[in-house]
Amino acid sequence: MAEALLALSGVSKAFGGLKAVQDVSLAVPEGSLTGLIGPNGAGKTTLFALMSGFLRPDAGTVRFGGRDVTGLAPHLAARAGMTRTFQIVQPFAAQTVRENVAVGAHLHERRRTAALAAAESVCARVGLAAQLDKPAADLTVAGRKRLELARALATRPRLLLLDEVLAGLNPQEIAEMLPVVRGIAADGVTVLMIEHVMQAVMNLAAHVWVLAQGRLIAEGTPAEVTSDARVVEAYLGHGTAARLLARAGAAPAGQGAA
Amino acid sequence: MRDAVGIAAFAAAIVALTAWLESGVWLTFLMMTLYGALLAQSWNLLGGFGGQFSFGHALFFGTGAYVQAIAQVGHGANPWLALPLAVLAAAAVGAFVGALSFRYGLKGSYFALVTLAFAEVFRILALSVGFTGGGVGLMVPLREGAANMQFGSRKGYVLLVLGFVVAALAVTAWLRRSRFGARLQAVRDNEDAARAVGVDPFATKLGAIVLSGGFMGAAGAFYVQVFQYVDPAIAFGPHTSVEALVAAIVGGMGTLWGPLLGAFALHALADLTRNLFGQLPGLNMVIYGTVLVLIVMFVPRGLAGGGASVRDAWRSARRSAGHRDG
Amino acid sequence: MLSFDVLFPSVLNGLTTGAVYALVALGLTLIYGVLHIVNFAHGASLMVALYAVYLLKTRAGIDPYAALPLVVAGMFAFGYALQRVVINRASHGKDENILLVTLGVAIVLENLALMMFKSDTRTIDTAVTLATVPIGPAMLALPKAIAFAGALACCAVLLWIVGRTDLGRAIRAVAKEKQGARLMGIDVEHVYAMSFGIGLACLGAAACFLLPAYYVNPQVGGGFVLVAFTIVVLGGMGSFAGALLGGLLIGVVESIGGLFLGESLGQIGIFAIFIAVLLLRPQGLFGSRV
Repeated sequence: MAEALLALSGVSKAFGGLKAVQDVSLAVPEGSLTGLIGPNGAGKTTLFALMSGFLRPDAGTVRFGGRDVTGLAPHLAARAGMTRTFQIVQPFAAQTVRENVAVGAHLHERRRTAALAAAESVCARVGLAAQLDKPAADLTVAGRKRLELARALATRPRLLLLDEVLAGLNPQEIAEMLPVVRGIAADGVTVLMIEHVMQAVMNLAAHVWVLAQGRLIAEGTPAEVTSDARVVEAYLGHGTAARLLARAGAAPAGQGAA
Repeated sequence: MRDAVGIAAFAAAIVALTAWLESGVWLTFLMMTLYGALLAQSWNLLGGFGGQFSFGHALFFGTGAYVQAIAQVGHGANPWLALPLAVLAAAAVGAFVGALSFRYGLKGSYFALVTLAFAEVFRILALSVGFTGGGVGLMVPLREGAANMQFGSRKGYVLLVLGFVVAALAVTAWLRRSRFGARLQAVRDNEDAARAVGVDPFATKLGAIVLSGGFMGAAGAFYVQVFQYVDPAIAFGPHTSVEALVAAIVGGMGTLWGPLLGAFALHALADLTRNLFGQLPGLNMVIYGTVLVLIVMFVPRGLAGGGASVRDAWRSARRSAGHRDG
Repeated sequence: MLSFDVLFPSVLNGLTTGAVYALVALGLTLIYGVLHIVNFAHGASLMVALYAVYLLKTRAGIDPYAALPLVVAGMFAFGYALQRVVINRASHGKDENILLVTLGVAIVLENLALMMFKSDTRTIDTAVTLATVPIGPAMLALPKAIAFAGALACCAVLLWIVGRTDLGRAIRAVAKEKQGARLMGIDVEHVYAMSFGIGLACLGAAACFLLPAYYVNPQVGGGFVLVAFTIVVLGGMGSFAGALLGGLLIGVVESIGGLFLGESLGQIGIFAIFIAVLLLRPQGLFGSRV
């Protein structure tokens, strides 16, 4: 494996007095399925925005596919192969599911018919085949999450940045979504997911970064990271690490930390 | 392709109607309705499909009108040659205003205000500058003949404006099934989401305002040919701006037939009230304003859009009565 | 052209007009700050107030300065009703809808006036119409001097209302945090309507000071709306200090512009500023980042 597909070096961003992201460096290997976790307000979504060009870093660089893309406009980042989804889903409400996804497909398809056909096949992959002609505004939360995913997938990205694609889903919906994400990664798309649902992170991610208060506090495999005392403290507060360690033997597999 | 068939049928129907009609009153009504439709269609390209509401669309209308007039009066050009110049000039002004506004991310009320300001600036300039005839305006000399785009009977003008309307319909239909149109509507519905999937909002909106401006310029040129006169108030005043946007909204923004429907409804209403109450200055606009408020209050998707939502509601009611699904 | 004797009266005139502009802009910025709507009907509403002042003088013989309480109360009621009955109902909460509704209201008001009064320009004569007041080397028309003082006084009253009264506190609460205010028991709909009413009441006061020195016809609204927006955008949407300062500034710019370029071309200066601010610094002088 040569240079990482996505490499952040010393990226920082402050809003007025608030240091949202402080000196974050990480490298996402090509073809990997990795996770970005951390308590609420840690700066994870801000980091995605900095990666994909929605925000310009105050310091540091972002390299994608060997190119410096720091501050590159989002649509150009997408054209380079980096597509992000949004934590708060952003459908094109007035349009149907098919039309929504077709906008993504148009990145590579010039003709309408080809884009609509591509949209159809992407929707089938994520389980939206039955809802192709429904207006996006009529979808359930789970449906909208799938739509968000499908639209991003239709751009045929090299790197897919998924921002809490499982948030708001019930356990069954999560169970249905996990294989979809795994399938996407298996097809060769590099995936970096922000997630709070620990079940997903433990199940899917090969490598995890932990962000707290804008700083990278730990990284490693899911098992390594979730048993890291600093990580537990970041999520659950001072002193919890010791308590959890004491219970670790008796309790079943973790259900979700945040 | 359903749209193409519909447009062709519409064109054929109007041509037949024009051939059959003899009454000057009806022909004038037909002409003014089509003219109103052209205004509304132009606005619809940027406002309905692009989601950028312009309150000063007369800016492009007036540019086209003045270029058409000045080319003939000042330079003796043939109106058929002046026409493409008028359209290009209006499109260029569109590019200028669009580049400035969208480069700086103006949207919503701010964009509406900027277009209003530009229209006012142009109006003041037209008042103050010599080659526009100043406040007196410009009068295009009467020189009848098709070669001179001045027709003896209204029929010629109806066919001329029909040509523009059909062109606008074709462009609108193209927006509905092209990549550019899909991107434009994506930017309208959610700019950030559009950017995330590779759509360049600036280029897209710029394209829309250029198209919109161009058609408005054609409408301006047409006006000059019909009325053979233009002055700053007519060219850049609020009347044309308002007519364009009210008809588009009443008819249904972002639809193919909405602007036509809206123009027809408004003109029919205006004629009706004129018959009932006489020619009162201002009455038309009171009606336009009231209709605008009522439509926004009760049928925000407009007549065509409202029709679509009624049809959808009917369909989904039947579907859920038949079998339960998500 | 640049001699003090010529510039000074021009600046003076500009300041007096500017004070009235400031009052108009204050109403607009209050409405924006609280309801977050851009009131396109502001200019047309001023026109309505001007006609009200005109009619009170010509039909009832009431002097505009004496009519102040009446016109202010009337405009307040008009504004309250307009917001409660029309604007609120029509908007369905969407910003674009509000834009269109206020535009529609403006169109209706302007053209109703056209129907009722024709497009003639009308003026009134008052006891003070021809009087002048010497200020330095210039002779300032008394109506303008009164306008200056009166408008600034009204601005002060408005600022006092918003800053010191319970209503003002409620208004500020709703402007800052609507949901929180509602949870505190504040009737948000009522506050909205009150704010809109106060915004139009400012226009009532402005009209009383404006008409003796100016004129009215159905189209004046259009001109005022753009000037008012220029001021509000220049000063910063929602900023009172901005509206005050901006108003005076724009008044002077208009006056000086007219001096150098003639009356109609001079207006271009205002629009040039407007466009420049929108493009380069949309939050204006005192507004928060847009």
